[in-house]
Amino acid sequence: MKLIEAEDVWFSYNHEVMALKGVSLGIGKGETVALIGQNGGGKTTLAKHFNGLLKPTKGRVLVKGVETRTLPANKLAFTVGYVFQNPAHQIFSSKVRDEVSFGPHNAGLSSDEVERRTAEAIEKVGLKGYEDVHPYDLDYGKQKLLTVASIMSMNPEVYCLDEPTTGQDHKGRWMVADLIHRLNDSGATVVVITHDMRFVAEVAKRVVLIADGRILADMPTKEIFEKSEMLRSAQIKPPQITELAHSLTRYNVPASILTVTEMADALQSILRLHQR
Amino acid sequence: MVGNIIAITVQDFTYAYPNHSAVLQEINFEVRKSEMVGIIGPNGAGKSTLCKSLNGLIPHFYGGSIAGSVTVADMDTMKHSVAELSLKVGLVFQEPSNQFSGVSTKVDEEVAFGMSMMGYPREEMRPRIEEALHAVGLQGLEERSPYELSGGQQQRLAIATVLAVRPEIIVMDEPTAQLDPVGKTEVLQTMRDLNGKGYTIIVAEHEIEAMAAFADRILVLDHAEIVTQGETRKVLNEVKKLKQMGIDPPSVTELCEILRGELKIDEGKFPIELNEAISLFSQVLGEHAK
Repeated sequence: MKLIEAEDVWFSYNHEVMALKGVSLGIGKGETVALIGQNGGGKTTLAKHFNGLLKPTKGRVLVKGVETRTLPANKLAFTVGYVFQNPAHQIFSSKVRDEVSFGPHNAGLSSDEVERRTAEAIEKVGLKGYEDVHPYDLDYGKQKLLTVASIMSMNPEVYCLDEPTTGQDHKGRWMVADLIHRLNDSGATVVVITHDMRFVAEVAKRVVLIADGRILADMPTKEIFEKSEMLRSAQIKPPQITELAHSLTRYNVPASILTVTEMADALQSILRLHQR
Repeated sequence: MVGNIIAITVQDFTYAYPNHSAVLQEINFEVRKSEMVGIIGPNGAGKSTLCKSLNGLIPHFYGGSIAGSVTVADMDTMKHSVAELSLKVGLVFQEPSNQFSGVSTKVDEEVAFGMSMMGYPREEMRPRIEEALHAVGLQGLEERSPYELSGGQQQRLAIATVLAVRPEIIVMDEPTAQLDPVGKTEVLQTMRDLNGKGYTIIVAEHEIEAMAAFADRILVLDHAEIVTQGETRKVLNEVKKLKQMGIDPPSVTELCEILRGELKIDEGKFPIELNEAISLFSQVLGEHAK
């Protein structure tokens, strides 16, 4: 059984235009999946179905085998955590600590457990020392990390992160990438909505390309960047290093390269081979 | 073409917001007319503060303590008002909605707003509105509400409101940070077009590949100081230094630093754009294959 299963999901915000037009996909435990595609294509609408914030107009979504229509969102929050794109849509406490402890406290956990989870989540996102700071006194990048921490304290099995790298500087991007790797290593499933293809290459093993309410492609990250025509039609540019690899395939450089390190390794072994 | 006329001189400039420690320390640089200069650096390094220092918002609006001087279009920013300076230098914010007056219901009214506040006569405004909207590619959308535009269109409108005053210098503070890839491309292209028309452009930006392609020179700001500045290739070639500050150089440049031993090329000659890297590696791999 998949952790999340979407079966022929159709969704309309206004009963006129369909934002999702028959989307089916399954997400298994421990996967890292990137949802990509231009704005207005349906990425966020789909992700909001995973934790029951939205319910399908037609079709159904199952989380651990249970249909989301039968579950209230506050029950689903224990399984699927959703981090909004805009931190201001999520943050409401006047202290970092209170923001992070709200979820577990509200869920009725013991105060020891709330405290333990709060401290752990704050530490994991690198906000230790900021416990008493007002969230809006944090810079934008740290606010984003705070919104992740406030979901981590609920200890969900699935994290949906909506554009976690927007407004981050390069350091912030690496922190978020590292955080996703650590969450995934500890067994969590991560769904990330992003426009940043270098970030996709670094964190996701699987990519779902969504446009006009439909899934255009659903495949391993290593393969999707080779579909140059499809990506061009969706106005998506592969990472620069992958583009370089694509231009050098006649010299035996693999087209599946995603990172600078992979490229350096591949080139080193080709150059050494010839030296012998 | 970049000439020798100096557009901006920042000399021994140190600034602190009221009741804070200095956020800019001993800043020194010059910008020539028609240059495009990129400011890169981590969040919190002082990039936004530097941008606000170039149109007089610092010190006139924010107060604080200052040493040294900022001279823009031959005007000392301490001695001239923001209103006077705004005729020569326009500032574009990260969030387009922060730029909008909030009172205009139409795109053309928004462009007119700044000019009407400055008391421009009506007949003078019309051609300027047309010119500004044309320059950013928003002609035909005059009747639209600014809030019904896409992110990229909103940011281009923000640029148009600045252009209508016909400044010589445009300063942009992370104008693409909140935009999707389509919006980013629109704004970066607009920036490049304007530079092509002779505008001097200073832009704080995290999009390093775009800076590699567009900027004549780059200033790197970290912890309130300029840690390095110079011609774009020279600065982006300092891979180790940039990585230490948490700045990612273009991927192809980083690759060359790792393969330095194999490639036998010196820092300063690494490619900074994809096409350069493709020709370099095609040559290297081609020779090896023989």
